[in-house]
Amino acid sequence: MPKIKLAEHTIELIKTICAEFGNKESELINVLHKVQGELGYLPAEVQEVIAKELKASVAKVYGVVTFYSFFTMIPQGEHPISICMGTACYVRGAEQVLSEFKRQLKVEVGESTEDGMFSINCLRCVGACGLAPVVTVGEKVYGRVAPTDVKKIIAEYRDGCTSDSKTA
Amino acid sequence: MDTINLTIDHKPVVVKKGTTILEAASGIGIDIPTLCHMKLEDLNIENKPGGCRICVVEVNGRRNLAPACCTEANDGMEVNTHSMRVINARRTVMELILSDHPFDCLVCAKSGNCDLQDMAHRLGIREIHYKGEQSTYREDTSPAIIREVDKCIMCRRCETMCNEVQTVGVLSAINRGFQSVVSPAFEMNLDHSVCTYCGQCVAVCPTGALTEVDETGKVIRALSDPTKTVIVQTAPAVRAALGEEFGMEAGTLVTGKLVAALKRLGFDYVFDTDFAADLTIMEEGTELLSRLQKHLDGDKDVKLPILTSCCPAWVKFFEHQFPEMKDIPSTARSPQQMFGAIAKTYLADKLGVKREDLVVVSIMPCVAKKYECGRDEFKTNDNPDVDYAITTRELGALIKLSSIDFKALPNEDFDHPLGESSGAGVIFGTTGGVIEAAVRTAYEVHTQKELPRLDFDELRGMEGIREATIDFNGLPIKIGIAHGLGNARKLLEDIQAGKSEFHAIEIMSCPGGCIGGGGQPYHHGNADVLKKRQMALYTEDRNKVIRKSHENPYIVKLYEEFLGKPMSEKAHHLLHTEYFDRT
Repeated sequence: MPKIKLAEHTIELIKTICAEFGNKESELINVLHKVQGELGYLPAEVQEVIAKELKASVAKVYGVVTFYSFFTMIPQGEHPISICMGTACYVRGAEQVLSEFKRQLKVEVGESTEDGMFSINCLRCVGACGLAPVVTVGEKVYGRVAPTDVKKIIAEYRDGCTSDSKTA
Repeated sequence: MDTINLTIDHKPVVVKKGTTILEAASGIGIDIPTLCHMKLEDLNIENKPGGCRICVVEVNGRRNLAPACCTEANDGMEVNTHSMRVINARRTVMELILSDHPFDCLVCAKSGNCDLQDMAHRLGIREIHYKGEQSTYREDTSPAIIREVDKCIMCRRCETMCNEVQTVGVLSAINRGFQSVVSPAFEMNLDHSVCTYCGQCVAVCPTGALTEVDETGKVIRALSDPTKTVIVQTAPAVRAALGEEFGMEAGTLVTGKLVAALKRLGFDYVFDTDFAADLTIMEEGTELLSRLQKHLDGDKDVKLPILTSCCPAWVKFFEHQFPEMKDIPSTARSPQQMFGAIAKTYLADKLGVKREDLVVVSIMPCVAKKYECGRDEFKTNDNPDVDYAITTRELGALIKLSSIDFKALPNEDFDHPLGESSGAGVIFGTTGGVIEAAVRTAYEVHTQKELPRLDFDELRGMEGIREATIDFNGLPIKIGIAHGLGNARKLLEDIQAGKSEFHAIEIMSCPGGCIGGGGQPYHHGNADVLKKRQMALYTEDRNKVIRKSHENPYIVKLYEEFLGKPMSEKAHHLLHTEYFDRT
């Protein structure tokens, strides 16, 4: 894993968030949640700062980060794509939708495209089973997605329009 | 106090509220099998994640089976510990654990000492009905400890030792589900982590997932090389535990047999680390008195308390975690390293052997000693002062390998000049022993009077942190003792906060001191074993003619012939060291 050097203001931001939660080890999950919300991901160096502030071992922090699938150590794309793999979505073809996203963007689950625009993740149920299969891009929800819709969805963000003249 | 009445296997039991079913059963001679659970009585060490589910029992009226290790006994409870449902459940759980465990018992380092193997036997497992995926992790080798995580059963004992007891924080469960495993952060190797190599993870691992680096092969090769003179030193705690490797009662002193075995293995000279412990006292005690005198004279630059520095895991601990305090511990090297330095200079000259042709092997209760002897500052022209450090367990294996009937051996004596020791040197192996040894010498040197007594009961015991004040003829000397790195951390934090008033503090990394070291025969969760070893060392001390380090005639001679006086330039060069900031 390549080492990154955190900017001074990033370190300060992490420390502030830890302080908001009283620098308590018992607040670790809340701290991780908020820090990921601010930075988009939780690289090793960030976990080291959090561990120090909360007086927890880095191994414990890493243990929690790797336990919960919500936490990620890989930078998210500018437009994080989440494909629901809950039961309803799964039986209505979410897997084929996921394959199509992977094929078009040439990345695996948990990775980001080289240009940093997209990342793919799976999640379990967004509570919109009536719209299955569901895909979210950032805050936007797409329902009844078919593999054939994938190209169009990507283009929406890549070109800022719905034209399908280009592929990824 | 509330009492609870229940029946276990139809036997009525009365227990205190808060007692677990496991404890209640044990009190009436019912031995419920457990795998992940471990409790070291009086040491405040307990691991009960309730994870392995081997200890399940049937509780009348309860729908599911209850894990006995973490289910409290309730009034009126009717417990059955060996119904068919219980036995079937235990076997199923065991088979599922084994379905993801390598089948290499015959060649596993832990074979014969493995709790998992014993449990499979105890539960009568003859077939594994479940075939599934097997975990595959890379092996992680460090200078002292090997991690073969494929053999991990997630009992979390190592995690408890590393985090709660030692507060080192290297090992944690990571990932989830089938992928979960105990690992350092970011799955880095142990030698890149802040691991101290205390070996307490190894001491409690129920399987072969964590073992020491086996160096018996290197020792055999050295012994077979006719161009080498091979000498051996043996640490104090080894003589109180080695017998266990041969089925002897814990706490049996086997000093004479140990020497005889080492001679039969072919070592040219068999010496005693206790001699070097006496030497340590001369140097460390003098340093203590010198710092104390300066402090009493009002020198503001001199730092107190002085901390002992015999334990390599403790040294690595403060280098990683408290680097700003690295000028507080004594600069005295550990007995192992003092022995090596003297052997490869003074003794090599006496024997007329070149440094390169002298091989120094040490038998240690410790796995961190393997790492210690590899530290660069303990080498001259890349030749280490101590070539190989093997554990008590490895020595046991070597003896068995060499067709030696250990129990039938006669008692033999150490060789001279590095084999003579005092009772003070012997008690180095237990918590409280180093500081008691230091007191015996420092008192007499400081007061120029003979000690009225030699047994300092106020310094002995098993409590994690102890303190005592010893009267140095009108001068009260405040002493602190900590064993277990978590307890050491507490004392260090007090010093940092300016709350400490101690003059001297003894620190040992392992619970109980070296007698509970990571290289000792496995205690299998029985704290009595540690207490018996401790008692054995105090017995050996009492039986010694000489009980004060400065009265050891060979120590006196070493200073006369070679070193001059304690803290002399030569002593400083050979017997002292420096510490490094490892953050």
